[in-house]
Amino acid sequence: MIAVEDLVVSYPAAPANAVDGVSFVSPSGKITALAGPNGSGKSTIVRALLGRVDIVRGKAVIGGDDARSMTPSALAQRVAVVPQREDAAFPMRVRDYVGLGRYPHLGLWRSPGFDDEQAIEQALTQSGIEDLANRTTDALSGGEWQRVRIARALAQHAPALVLDEPTTFLDVAHEMAIFELLASLARSGLAILLVSHQLNLVARFAHTIVLLNHGRVAVNGSPNEVMKADRLESIYGWPVVVTRDPAVGAPALVPLRRPLRHELLK
Amino acid sequence: MRQFHSAYWLVMGVVLVAVAMIAIANGPVSVPLGAVIAALRSRGDPTAIAIVRDLRLPRVVLGALVGAGLGASGAMLQGTLRNPLAEPYLLGVSGGAAVGAVVAFALGAIGEAAITLAAFGGSVIAVFVTLAVGRTGGRAARGDLRTLLIAGVIVGAFANAVIMVALASAEPNRIRGALWWMMGSATDATWSRVAWLAGSVLIVGGAVIYWAREIDVLALGEDTAVSLGVDAERAGRRAFILAAILAAATVAAAGLVGFVGLVVPHIARAMGLRAHRPLILAAAMIGGTLVVAADLAARTIASPIELPLGAITALLGVPFFLIQLRRAS
Repeated sequence: MIAVEDLVVSYPAAPANAVDGVSFVSPSGKITALAGPNGSGKSTIVRALLGRVDIVRGKAVIGGDDARSMTPSALAQRVAVVPQREDAAFPMRVRDYVGLGRYPHLGLWRSPGFDDEQAIEQALTQSGIEDLANRTTDALSGGEWQRVRIARALAQHAPALVLDEPTTFLDVAHEMAIFELLASLARSGLAILLVSHQLNLVARFAHTIVLLNHGRVAVNGSPNEVMKADRLESIYGWPVVVTRDPAVGAPALVPLRRPLRHELLK
Repeated sequence: MRQFHSAYWLVMGVVLVAVAMIAIANGPVSVPLGAVIAALRSRGDPTAIAIVRDLRLPRVVLGALVGAGLGASGAMLQGTLRNPLAEPYLLGVSGGAAVGAVVAFALGAIGEAAITLAAFGGSVIAVFVTLAVGRTGGRAARGDLRTLLIAGVIVGAFANAVIMVALASAEPNRIRGALWWMMGSATDATWSRVAWLAGSVLIVGGAVIYWAREIDVLALGEDTAVSLGVDAERAGRRAFILAAILAAATVAAAGLVGFVGLVVPHIARAMGLRAHRPLILAAAMIGGTLVVAADLAARTIASPIELPLGAITALLGVPFFLIQLRRAS
C-alpha cells in the first residue's frame, strides 16, 4: 500500500509548489490512477516516491514506513517503479534486462540463485513475454518494450507498482493489452498506482481516480464520481461532454470541437 | 547479439600473452622467442637478459597497464553516462594532465617524477573542476550525469587554451619534450614507473570491479536506477571519479594514448558482454593487448625512428570506429 500524506514539493525558482498538500491512498489489489492536466504534479509525486525531489512537508508512506526513512534498496523491495522515460544505451537480452529487477535483492556481489531465476520466470510469464526472453531490447516494438519494462519491475517482487504513463505512443490494441495486464496484476494483490492521461481507459480500469489540478487534489473518488463534465471542463480548460461507454457503461470523456458545443447548447 | 562464451576469456588471455611475447622479442635487436623465455627466467646470454628484462619487459608491462586502465575506464564511463561515445579523455582528464605536464616542461622541470606528478595533479584538478561545472546546471541538470560530458568538453577546451599559451611562451627546446609527451609514449618505461602505475591500476581497478554491478543499473537511466535502489547521483559521481583517476594514472605514466578508452569497450560488447563486471575486465585485457601491439608498431614500423604511440592507437582506432558506426547504422 502506498499512502501519500499532505505532500508538498517545490522546485527551486518555481513560483508555486509543484505538489501542494496532496493526500491519497493506493491500496493493495486496486488500481489507483493519478490523472490531471500537464504540469498538475503527477510526475512530481512519482519522483517524490523515488526520493528524487526534496519533500518540503508531508510524507510518502510505503508499506507502513516513511519512504525517506528507508534505505534505497529497502524501498526498492517495497515499491517497483516504471518511469516514464528510459533510454537504455546498450541493447541487451530481454531476460538479462528483466534480471536487473533483482538488483535490490542481490546488491553488489550476491549471485542470482533459484529464487531470483524463479522471480524472473514469473515476471516474464505474468507479462506474457516468455517468447521475447531471448530477443534483444533494440529489436522490440513499442508495446513489447513497455511489457518488458513492466516485467523488469515485477521481477523486483515488490507489493506496490508505480507506472508513469505506460501507454504513451502505443496503439489501441497495445494500450488495451497493457491495461488488461495491470488489471490482472491488481487482481493478484499488487497495489498499482498509475499516472495516466488516458482518462477514458482509466475510467474503465481504475478503482479510484485522483484528479490533480495545480498540484492539489481536485477530486478523489470512483470513476463515476470524478468524471463530471463541468469539473473536467474547468480543470482541463476545454469543452467536454461525459457520456457512457456503450459497451460497458463506464463514464467516457468526449472533448468537443469548440463550435460544436454551441450547436449542442442550442 | 553474440552469445559470450567463457572460452573467450582464455582466448583473450592467450592473445595478450602472445602479443606481449612478440613485443618483447622484437625491436632494434631481435631476440628469438626461446631466448626471450630463457631471459625472463634470468638464463642465457647476459645481453639478451638485459634487453628483455630491463628494456622491453617494463615497456610491455607499462603498455599493458596503460591499455588496461584506459579500457576499464572507458567501459565504466560509457555505461555510467549511457553514451557509446564517452571516453576518459572527454572528461577533462587528458586536458588537465597535459596542462600539468606542459606547465612543468615549460617551467623547466626535470626528472620523470616531476612530470608524472604534475600530469597526475593536473588531471585530478581538471576532473574536480569538471564535476563542479557539471553541478552548476541546477538541480534538474545535476541529476543528469550527461551534463558532466558537456562540462568535460568545456574544461578540455579551456585546458587546450592554457597549453597553447604555455607552449607559446616556453623556450623552444622545452617544447619538443612537452609535445612528445602529449603524443603518448611508453619509451621511458622504468620499473619504478611500472610499479607506480600497477599499484594505481590495481587499487582503483579493484574499486571499479567492486562497484561494477551498480553501473549495470545506472546504464538504464537515473530514474530506473533509483527505482532499483541505487543512489544514482552518488553512484554516478563515484563511477566518474574512479574512471577519471584510472585514466589520470595512465596519462601520467605514458602521456596521451587516444582512442583506446573509446574503442575497446565496443570490442568487449561486440563479444556479447553486457554486465559491467566482466565487461570492464575484458576491456582491461583487450586494452592492454591493443596498447602493447600499438607500441610494438610504434617502435618497429619506421625503425629507427619511433612513432608516437598515441598516433598509432588513433590510426588503428579511427578506421575501426568507422566500421563499427557503419555496422550499427
